[in-house]
Amino acid sequence: MSDKQHLLDSRQMAEFVARGFLRFDGIVPDEINRAVMDAFEAGGISSYPAGTPFAECYPEPSPIGAMLRLPQVCGILESLVGPDPLFDHHAIHKRLPNEGKAQGMHGDSIIDTRLHFDVQLMYFPHDVPLEMGGTLLLPGSHFRRINEMEVARYQNFLGQIPMVCEAGSILVLHHGIWHCGRQNQTDRMRYMYKIRLNPSVRQLRLWNTDDLDDDTGAHQPIFAGEKRDDVQAILAKLEPWYEAGDGRLEIVNRTLLWRFLTGDEDFDVHYWLTRLENMPENRLSA
Amino acid sequence: MASGKQQRQQLLILYLNTSALDSDVKGWTMYDGTGREHHTTGDSDQRPYATGMDALLDGWRVIQFPQLIPPYPGMEYTTSFKKNEYIFEKLETIDS
Repeated sequence: MSDKQHLLDSRQMAEFVARGFLRFDGIVPDEINRAVMDAFEAGGISSYPAGTPFAECYPEPSPIGAMLRLPQVCGILESLVGPDPLFDHHAIHKRLPNEGKAQGMHGDSIIDTRLHFDVQLMYFPHDVPLEMGGTLLLPGSHFRRINEMEVARYQNFLGQIPMVCEAGSILVLHHGIWHCGRQNQTDRMRYMYKIRLNPSVRQLRLWNTDDLDDDTGAHQPIFAGEKRDDVQAILAKLEPWYEAGDGRLEIVNRTLLWRFLTGDEDFDVHYWLTRLENMPENRLSA
Repeated sequence: MASGKQQRQQLLILYLNTSALDSDVKGWTMYDGTGREHHTTGDSDQRPYATGMDALLDGWRVIQFPQLIPPYPGMEYTTSFKKNEYIFEKLETIDS
């Protein structure tokens, strides 16, 4: 179990629920980054059968294991998928030097209708400048039900994020996030390591919930122009690429996932669900 | 080999904020049948036009309006593909 100081807090969890990812720049020490690069260039790393307990993977000495066992990384993963997740698969993704085009936009695996979620950790062991591409990430796309490469015709969106970062940076993604490998326009190979983990416990208040209180879910004024930065405000923030109508539905999807993760079935954002759930059956007495 | 003028199709796909053609561009895709430009995923952060109407004013011809389809029962709150997808074309003359 991770020390509380390494677990995510509720604002970070709300950010993950809203945008489908969390980003941690330069948190892996250089000595691990260099050892990982040596291992990649020497031919790769061993894999494990899908469903293997994660704790049994990457025994020492393993540079990838050293990265995954960093206290901060353990705390992030435990907050999202619990203390004993299962290894699903991993991959060392390479983008070739001076390649002609980018990978098509896609979501991994197949269409997935669960509220339970897997996480995918992406690790960038070397610097990634813009001309090298970086993984392209579409924030807030994780609730959109699509099947893998069906969205490959979409080239660009307002608010898309090319993962330009220093060595040792990590992205942690909801399994549904849309992404792709951007074109590598340098003469060097680009590497990215990705691992998918499945939860083995119900994803209920796994993070540091010390900052959750009654105010978190209390109804607030709506359409009042009030500027806030609390959990509800994080969950209400629209992405620039959202359509006007579906953007509101994305807030509903976030609210449903927050209810699932906290067990608070009355929680709402912007009164979107409470209004619909109000169906009084009590009759006015004569 | 005989040479001459031939027409090639350029395609512009815009994903708009609403079903209105003059609403804001949220996403975009381009394919150039002349072979002069090669567009790919994540190649630009700058949208080509602010609105669909701006594309029309610049000479693009709309060849597909998005249909307005009510949600399937039980799917009212489900989000999926981008809505409001307008497809435009220009015909360019090239030397063959």
